[in-house]
Amino acid sequence: MIAVALWSVAVLLALAPAGIALSMRPRGSVVLYGACLVVTATLCVTALLHLLDPAHPVLSATLPVGLPWLGAHFRLDALSAFFLVVINLGGLAASLFALGYGRHEDSPGRVLPFYPAYLAAMNVVVLANDAFSFLVAWEFMSLTSWAMVVSHHREAENVRAGYVYLLMASFGTLALLLAFGLLASSAGYDFDAIRASHPSAALASMVAILALVGAGSKAGLVPLHAWLPLAHPAAPSHVSGLMSGVMTKVAVYGFVRIVFDLLPEPVWWWSIVVLLVGGPTATLGVLYALMQRDIKRVLAYSTIENIGIIFTGLGLALAFKAQGLDWVAALAFTAALLHVFNHALFKSLLFFGAGAVLEATGVRDMEKLGGLIHRMPKTAFAVLVGCVAISALPPFNGFVSEWLTFQAILLSPQLPSWGLKLIIPAVGGLLALAAALAAACFVKLYGISFLGRPRSDVAASAHETDRFSIAAMLALAALCLLAGVLPGLFIDALAPVSKTMVGNIMPHQAGLQWLTIVPIAESRSSYNGLLVFLFAAFCGTAAASAIHRLASDRLRRAPAWDCGYPDANPAIQYSASSFSQPIRRVFGSVIFAAREIGEMPEPLAAAPAKLTVAMRDLIWDALYAPIATVIGFVTERINLLQFLTIRSYLTLVFAALIVLLLVVAL
Amino acid sequence: MTAFRDILSQGVQMGLVLLLAPLLTGFVRKVKARLLRRRGPPLLQPYRDLIRLMRKDVVLADNASWLFRVIPYLMFAGTWVAASLVPTFGNGLLFSWTADLIAIIALLGSARFFQALAGMDVGTAFGGIGSSREVMIASLAEPAMLITVFSVAMIAGSTQLSYVAEFMGSDAVGLRVSLGMAFVALTIVALAENARIPVDNPATHLELTMVHEAMVLEYSGRHLALIDLSSQLKLLLYVSLIACVFLPWGTATADASVARLVSGALLYFGKLAVLGFLLAVFETSIAKMRVFRIPEFLGVALMLALLATLLRFVSGSL
Repeated sequence: MIAVALWSVAVLLALAPAGIALSMRPRGSVVLYGACLVVTATLCVTALLHLLDPAHPVLSATLPVGLPWLGAHFRLDALSAFFLVVINLGGLAASLFALGYGRHEDSPGRVLPFYPAYLAAMNVVVLANDAFSFLVAWEFMSLTSWAMVVSHHREAENVRAGYVYLLMASFGTLALLLAFGLLASSAGYDFDAIRASHPSAALASMVAILALVGAGSKAGLVPLHAWLPLAHPAAPSHVSGLMSGVMTKVAVYGFVRIVFDLLPEPVWWWSIVVLLVGGPTATLGVLYALMQRDIKRVLAYSTIENIGIIFTGLGLALAFKAQGLDWVAALAFTAALLHVFNHALFKSLLFFGAGAVLEATGVRDMEKLGGLIHRMPKTAFAVLVGCVAISALPPFNGFVSEWLTFQAILLSPQLPSWGLKLIIPAVGGLLALAAALAAACFVKLYGISFLGRPRSDVAASAHETDRFSIAAMLALAALCLLAGVLPGLFIDALAPVSKTMVGNIMPHQAGLQWLTIVPIAESRSSYNGLLVFLFAAFCGTAAASAIHRLASDRLRRAPAWDCGYPDANPAIQYSASSFSQPIRRVFGSVIFAAREIGEMPEPLAAAPAKLTVAMRDLIWDALYAPIATVIGFVTERINLLQFLTIRSYLTLVFAALIVLLLVVAL
Repeated sequence: MTAFRDILSQGVQMGLVLLLAPLLTGFVRKVKARLLRRRGPPLLQPYRDLIRLMRKDVVLADNASWLFRVIPYLMFAGTWVAASLVPTFGNGLLFSWTADLIAIIALLGSARFFQALAGMDVGTAFGGIGSSREVMIASLAEPAMLITVFSVAMIAGSTQLSYVAEFMGSDAVGLRVSLGMAFVALTIVALAENARIPVDNPATHLELTMVHEAMVLEYSGRHLALIDLSSQLKLLLYVSLIACVFLPWGTATADASVARLVSGALLYFGKLAVLGFLLAVFETSIAKMRVFRIPEFLGVALMLALLATLLRFVSGSL
C-alpha cells in the first residue's frame, strides 16, 4: 500500500511540469485537475483501506534519495493514514471543484504547475519517516502554496500577503529545524531511531515547545497567526480551501507526530502551555472573524478558531496522558482528530462557496453582496449546510467534535494538578464563548451575502456556478451531514490512531443501539445524531402536513411590511459591519481597542453625519510591529556597509581574519 | 410491555409540552395583568391566537426566499424535540439518551441560528437589527448556559438530564454554594433566552429596543403561529429545566406506578404555576434595560457560572 501511495505522489510530482505545458492549452486545466482528481481519489481510498484494516499494519519504505548516508524513509501507520485521508479527501474535493472553477482562472500558468506539487508535498509530509524528508516536504509545501498565494500578483495586497507568509513560514520551519536538531543530537534524523532514544525531560520539553511554535505558526495559533488571514484569501479559492482546510491539518499532524509519537511520555506542564494557547486562539480567532467584511477573510479567521479548538483537544489529551488517565486522553485526542476531519470538510466547502460567489460576482466584500439565495440556489444550499456545521449545531458534524471536547473537559476534575484545575474550566468557558460567537459569525456571513436584497449590481446579476463546483460542494455538504448523524463510525475509524498515539481508545461505538455515541458510560453522557435528525425531521414534516391539511395552506405575495416603512433602497439593510456592531461594542473595546467617532453636522447644515470606526490589531502592534521596527533599524545600520570603499572592505576583511584567528587560537 | 410503556410515556410527554406551552404563556400574561390591576386576556387566549393565525393566509414578502418559508418548521421541530427531552412529570424518558443537556442547548441554538437568518432574509432594517442583537445576546447567554451545565453536570456526574434529575432528587446533593450560583446563572440565562424583561419585552412591538419581535416582523399566518408556539415551548422548556434540576421533588422515576406518575404530573403543574407566578412578579417589578446594559447583566450570569464551575473544580464538596 505504501508503494501505491508513493507512486501516486510521484505521479503528482510528474504532473507539476506537465502543468506548465497544459496551462498554455485552452482545456489544459480540465486535464490537469482531472488527473489530480484521479490520483487523490486513489490515495484517499488507499489510506482509508489502511486505516480500516483490522490488523493495523505499519508499512515502511526507503528510497535512495535525499541525504546520501540516510536515504528517504517513509512510513504508513494509522496516524499518517488518517491524515492522508484528510489531505486527499480535501484534494479530491478541491480538484473536482476546480474542474469547473479552474477554467475561469485568468493566468493558469501561475497555478497549474504548483497545484499538483502542493498536493504531493502535503502527502510526503505525512508519509516522511525521517527529519530531512519531513522538513524538505514541509518547506516545499510552503513554497508551492506561496507561489499560488501570489498568483494574482498585480494586487498589492496579495504581494504583501505573500511576503508575510514567506517570512512566517521560514520562521516556523526554523523552529522545526531546531526541534529536529535537538532530537538528532542523540539519535540522528531517522524517526525510528528518535522513537527508540530517550531524551532528557529538559530536552524533550524544549523540543515540544519548538514543535508548538513551528507547527503552530503554520496552523495559525495566536499570536503566530498574522500571516494566515492575509495569505489564505489571496490564493485562488480551491487553493484557499486546501490551505485552510487541509494544510493547517498537516501542521496539526506535525505537532502530533513530534509531541505524541517521537517524544517520550509528556511532562505535565506542556498541556498548560498548549491549553493557554489553544483556548484564546479559539475565541480571538472568531472575534477577529466577526469584525471582517471580506468573505474569504472571515473564513480564514474562522480557521484560526477551529485550530484553537483542535489544539485545546490536543492539550487536554496531553494533560490526561501525562497523568496516566489514558482513557480520557483517548477521548480528548479522538475529539481533536474528529474536529480535524470535520473542519477539513466544512472549511473546504465554505471556501468553495466563497469561490463560487467570487466567480459569479467578482467581489469578496460582503457589503456588496446580498440576495444570492435567489440567484445561486444550489450554492446557497450547500453553503448553508457548511455554516450550520461550522457553527457546531446539531445534527451536523461540527457539533459532535465539540461535544466530545466538552465531555473531556467535564472529566478534568480528576486531574491532580492545581494549575490544570484552574485553567481547564476557563478554557472550557473560552470554547463555549467561541462556539456561540461562531454561530453569530456565520449568521452574519450567510445573512449578509446570501439573504436580503442585493446591495450592488454585480450581486443582482449573479448567476449559478458550474456543475462540477456544485457537485463538489454538495458532496462535502452530504459528508458533513453523514459525519454528524453517524459519528460512531468515524470515531471507531480513529481508534487505531488513538491507540498508537495515547495508548488507549474510546469505547467501541458502532455496535451500540441506534448508533448512539457514548464516550464513557451511558449514565454519564450520550448523543445520537441520527435520532435527533430523524426526530426533528419527523416533527417538522408532521407539523407541516398537519397544518397544511387541517388549517390553511394558502399563501400570497405582497411587499415587505417592515413596520409600515419599507424602503426600496437596499442600503437600508443591515450591513456586515453594522451587524457586528453590538458584539464590537461588547468585546471590541478591549480586544481591538475599537473606538467609534461620530461626527454630527451643525444644526441646519446640509452636511452628512459621519461615523468612523477605528480598530487596531493589538497583537500586531505589540508583537510584530516592534520586531519589524528593530529589524528595520538594524538593517539600516548594516546597510552602510554596502557603500564603503575598497580599502575599508579590505580592512574589514583583515580585521575579521584577525578576530577569527584569535578565536581559534584561544 | 415496558417498550410500549416507554413509547407511551414519551408520546404523552411530547403531547403534554405542546399542549401546556400556550397555557403557561397565558398564565404568565394573566398574572402580570392582575398585578397591574388589569383584568387581562383569558387564560386560553394564546390557544385562540394560535388557531386564528393558523387559519389565516400567509402573506409573504416579495423578496422572501424558500429558506424563509422553511425556517418556522425548522425552529418548531428543533424546539419541540428539545422540549420533549426535558423531564417533566417523570424521568427515564425513552429518548433521553439521544441528546444530553449540551445537545438540548445546541438544538435550541440551531433554532436560534435559523431565526436570526429569517430576520435577515427579507432585507429590512428591522429584521437586521433584531438578528444582530439576538446574536449578541446569544453570544453571551449560550456560554453562560453551557458553563452552568458544566457545573451541574460535574455535581451530578452526568450531562444526561434524566440522571441529573434523579441525582438532584436524591439525598446525595445537599446544600452547595455552586448549585446556588448555577441557579442564579440559569435564571438569568432563561430570562434572556426567552426574551423576557429586563432583556427584551415580549409585549412590545414597535420599539427600537425589541429583539425577538423584530426578527419575526415579516412573518404572518401559520408561519407566525409556529414561531409563537416555538417560543412558548422554549419558555416551558426552561421552566421545566429549572424545575427538574433545582426543584426535583416528586418527579416520578422511570418505573413508577400510574399513581406516582399522576402525582408527579400534578406536582409538575404546581411547579409550573409557582415558577410562572414568580416570573410574572419579577417582570412587573423591574424595568427593561438598555441594550448595552444586557451584556453586563449576562456577564453576571457568565461569571457566576464560571465561579460555580471553578468552585467545583477546586473543592469537591462545595
